[in-house]
Amino acid sequence: MSEILDRARTRVLESGAGLDEEQILEVLRLPDEDLPALLQLAHDVRMKWCGPEVEVEGIISLKTGGCPEDCHFCSQSGLFASPVRAVWLDIPSLVEAAKQTAATGATEFCIVAAVRGPDKRLMDQMRAGVKAIKEAVDIQVAASLGMLTKEQVDELVEMGVHRYNHNLETCRSYFPNVVTTHSFEERWETLKMVRDSGMEVCCGGILGLGETIEQRAEFAAQLAELDPHEVPLNFLNPRPGTPLGDRPVVEGKDALRAIAAFRLAMPKTILRYAGGREITLGDLGTRDGLLGGINAVIVGNYLTTLGRPATADLDLLQDLKMPVKSLSATF
Amino acid sequence: MQCPTQTFCDRCGLPVTEGDHAACAAARALEPPRFCPRCRRRMKVQVVPTGWTATCVEHGTTHG
Repeated sequence: MSEILDRARTRVLESGAGLDEEQILEVLRLPDEDLPALLQLAHDVRMKWCGPEVEVEGIISLKTGGCPEDCHFCSQSGLFASPVRAVWLDIPSLVEAAKQTAATGATEFCIVAAVRGPDKRLMDQMRAGVKAIKEAVDIQVAASLGMLTKEQVDELVEMGVHRYNHNLETCRSYFPNVVTTHSFEERWETLKMVRDSGMEVCCGGILGLGETIEQRAEFAAQLAELDPHEVPLNFLNPRPGTPLGDRPVVEGKDALRAIAAFRLAMPKTILRYAGGREITLGDLGTRDGLLGGINAVIVGNYLTTLGRPATADLDLLQDLKMPVKSLSATF
Repeated sequence: MQCPTQTFCDRCGLPVTEGDHAACAAARALEPPRFCPRCRRRMKVQVVPTGWTATCVEHGTTHG
């Protein structure tokens, strides 16, 4: 085994401390022949510090499209010639989606809106939606509504939203290449307010936006500094009409190296498979990632694209003898 | 196989008789339709964890 992996084993597996930026970069630069050993180490770290359970989540778009921001990967920006039209989901449909998600065994249901930040209409819709879900379904409700004010953070806490997602998307140095309508620091401010409120922080990003390997390491280190409860890891699925619509997808081996590296940077976090894994990794790679540091999945469809059937992921978890985390284990 | 009423590609919105839509068809395995295949209007699409609905103001709603 390489010296890099030996050092990582001592630091992360034995002591539970994450790798620093320089060490993450060393891992991301490991040759293909070291990939199986890297994935095994990341898996050992996940099993030791997180356990075998896998947290299953469903996500839903409450307000799709028409976003005023210019996140270059996103088909929901109203600034690009994307075919995605603006649409709002009604409360009965939201509750039905929560029921279907819970039926898969999922413990998390994340309500997402394509906005810069919520306005009164959206907050009112959230309040009604969260209340209706809690009356009908036994599932934890998370939210992702863009940048928040302190008052909105408090309001979400009061509604019973237990986790808030706000992705940094990429590292600080590359962020201006991806988003120009707001800054990395503005996102960081929302995350700090969420953390201070007692809500769990969910923060990840997308790999394959054109960032360098060095910037990928920088991103992992910045996430580790934030120390989120959960890190959703997306891989770019190039969307027609967006500025990144013609970018190549991440190579499967690079994606797996990144999964392992993020696990070694954050040994105790929930590291979730999110969008893009189907086109980046396929079925075999999905399995490899679950044996290489991943301990959570989004099942079913995403916000504007489709995923694998939930049963495919649940069958895979059964094959791997990885139990789905139960609701009682989340309290 | 195309639907007999499909005049336009439901992914890119171009006429099905113009160009090769094999890549569109492949992509559609992991995407809902975006354009009405009969009139090429952009549809209102709602994706949920277990499916999707796509509504054309002229030709109604389809599910998947």
